[in-house]
Amino acid sequence: MLLDDKSVYLMRLGDNALVLSQRLSEWCGKGPAFEEDMALTNTALDLIGQARMWLSYAGEVEGRGRDEDALAFRRDSHEFTNLLLVEQPNGDYAHTLVRQFFFDVWHQLTLDALTRSSDDRIADIASKAIKEVAYHLRRSSDLVVRLGDGTAESRRRMQDAVDALWMYTGEMFKADETEELLGAQGLACDPSTLKDAWLAMVREVFAEATLTVPDSEWMQKGGKQGRHGEHLGLLLAEMQFLQRAYPNASW
Amino acid sequence: MVDLRERSERVWGWLADVPDPEIPVISIVDLGIVREVNWHDDPAGAVCEVVITPTYSGCPATEVIGRSIEEALRERGVERVRLESRIAPAWTTDWLTSEGRRKLSEYGIAPPARRADGRQVIDISGLRRRTAEDAPAACPHCGSAHTEPISRHGSTPCKALHRCLDCREPFDYFKCH
Repeated sequence: MLLDDKSVYLMRLGDNALVLSQRLSEWCGKGPAFEEDMALTNTALDLIGQARMWLSYAGEVEGRGRDEDALAFRRDSHEFTNLLLVEQPNGDYAHTLVRQFFFDVWHQLTLDALTRSSDDRIADIASKAIKEVAYHLRRSSDLVVRLGDGTAESRRRMQDAVDALWMYTGEMFKADETEELLGAQGLACDPSTLKDAWLAMVREVFAEATLTVPDSEWMQKGGKQGRHGEHLGLLLAEMQFLQRAYPNASW
Repeated sequence: MVDLRERSERVWGWLADVPDPEIPVISIVDLGIVREVNWHDDPAGAVCEVVITPTYSGCPATEVIGRSIEEALRERGVERVRLESRIAPAWTTDWLTSEGRRKLSEYGIAPPARRADGRQVIDISGLRRRTAEDAPAACPHCGSAHTEPISRHGSTPCKALHRCLDCREPFDYFKCH
């Protein structure tokens, strides 16, 4: 059923933005420097705006009367379809930055492809979001270089973060039936087509950052299908608390 | 009966007095947020449709702006207002009016140093290259071009922080977008 595939795909895009936005918000008031605090929360703000556009559209296409809020606050973790990468805990600043960089490169490539979607609304949302994401990627790639090619301590932490998060990157390029179907129709992009460009960008930045690209090929998967680790449940418990405790509360 | 064009122009004039909630020194028209004003005939009375576009996707000012527009028009006797939000083409700082750029500068915020030139999509291979993106913004206090960025992000999504290396004052820079 095409409509189902389309709403599933839109929800994935929305869930990635929403979950990463929530993670970045956890840094609010605790950033290692004032400028970093502002950067993380401004990035979170862009992502929450993008999540709203994707989830509103997903709800409309789904046709079951669920709006962006219902989708954000009334689904359980097995119904969330974000990549495992974005739900990973903030860890130290190196983990937060490497997670952001891996995601930003994928996000930029995905949105670039979606600006050419056969679906006008998808193309419009992508064209709006990509301008913001280009800015995110400029910053994250700069910081990966500064901290990778920084002190012995910062370099060690960055390489540890790269090694720890690498196994969550494979899922970004593993197309499932939904993505293959919508990709063939020109509505979405088949993520397997983005892998080479992603790797090229990561290699370029890592070379400058004196970081090593891991050679491990074993990858985690399942986020897009709703199979998450324990971290997402804890994140949702905090994010959804108000609507769970006081359904329909508004202000 | 005033013709539709004249009525629309009058509405544009009123909207030019509606301040941006984050940077009240400029109006929502200066910012390029108002895209169209259309009147629609209706048996129950003409409807004034205002088409607006958000600046950044998550900018919290967007909702306040909608309310301010409705308020401003009702105050002038326009009973029926319909707001339409449109995201395409995506907002760009190229739509800042020259009046808006002047007001920003007088207020102490450096306006965008270059045009985005309608470029909606930035190629990934261009992101690592140092380009005009990093052209220094002229200091709004002393006019010196001898400035440097301090932080890519500032107090609102549309601003970054820079500092002047001549007069030593820090200043907000309205990012090219």
